[in-house]
Amino acid sequence: MKITRKHFLQLSGLSLLAVIAKKLVRGAANVAASEAATKSTRWGMAIDLQKCRQKDGCGRCITACHTAHNVPQFTDRAHEIKWVWKQPFEDVFPFAQTEYTRDVFATAPVLLMCNHCDDPPCQDVCPVGATWRRDDGVVMMDFHRCIGCRYCMAACPYGSRSFNWQDPRPAISQVNPDFPTRTKGVVEKCNFCEERLARKLSPLCVEACGGKALVFGDLEQPDSEIRRTLGSRFALRRKPELGAGPSVYYLI
Amino acid sequence: MNDRPFIIAGLVVFVAFVTTPIWHGVATKNVALAAPAIKLPAQEKQCVAPVSYMRASHMQLLDEWRTDVVDAQNRQYVAYNGKVYDKSLTRTCLGCHGSRQEFCDRCHNYNGVAAVNCWECHNDAPPAGRNTP
Repeated sequence: MKITRKHFLQLSGLSLLAVIAKKLVRGAANVAASEAATKSTRWGMAIDLQKCRQKDGCGRCITACHTAHNVPQFTDRAHEIKWVWKQPFEDVFPFAQTEYTRDVFATAPVLLMCNHCDDPPCQDVCPVGATWRRDDGVVMMDFHRCIGCRYCMAACPYGSRSFNWQDPRPAISQVNPDFPTRTKGVVEKCNFCEERLARKLSPLCVEACGGKALVFGDLEQPDSEIRRTLGSRFALRRKPELGAGPSVYYLI
Repeated sequence: MNDRPFIIAGLVVFVAFVTTPIWHGVATKNVALAAPAIKLPAQEKQCVAPVSYMRASHMQLLDEWRTDVVDAQNRQYVAYNGKVYDKSLTRTCLGCHGSRQEFCDRCHNYNGVAAVNCWECHNDAPPAGRNTP
């Protein structure tokens, strides 16, 4: 078959058009993808201590968390496992009080949990990579990989991690079948309810709090509730001088 | 040539010792050679992968599921036939197969395969509401 000059020019023109169309489509797709990629998330929490203090003695957040995550309740404090717990203000923020506020604040309970640090020291020391910071800021643990060396417990400046010295199962009154228990020789801690975040639900403690003292949200979103709260009220973080960068803020 | 009786006696003892497992097998009654009766789910006809694959490679699948869920937050499994499942040992696997003792353990015990101890942490009683489509 003989290609005429006219045919040749027509084919060339069509090929050129096809190439340009392909480039345009690719370009548009890339722009959309990069927009999605730069929209990062960093989960954080703000705990309103004023509201929390109003309901003194309430432990709904702790109960909700510990029942859902099959956290064992050992009576012996040496074996205690805790994901969320309370400690006196004096212990948590020893330098954030004056001699005059001491009477009022010293024994006021402060709600504590894993701070889900920006630069978690527990991740740095883990020899088996059983703990790591996810891109959305949640400090995750893989119980399968944990060998129970407890380096992370030594490294964590907040005491957020507990070790299972014995089989936790007998100390769980009602096992929640939707969450695994742990086994003897494994470290555990708060996971920011990552199993709920995957279903676009907020953590259980936030949901359980009757006084709405806990605000959870994306710290990277300027219009999120947590950012508005943190932008309008004075907040403390635990031991910021260590540079770990906690994601849990305390509204004083 | 004077050692011949000793050598023969020694050989007899040796052969008897080496073949002990055979004699032991002959002497033991009730050797279950038939494969264990595996109870198949009544309400579901199709697993997340073809039976041949599940028989040979369920451990790889479970390992991948674990890595996907814990490391990559990827919790949905799209099966070869397009069905979508939750990557969950308790909910999805036991949701159909019901009992760990009657399904997993029977085969593992029969084959003398010590599995990784899944059930020290994972719950072997599936919750009532099954999550699979």
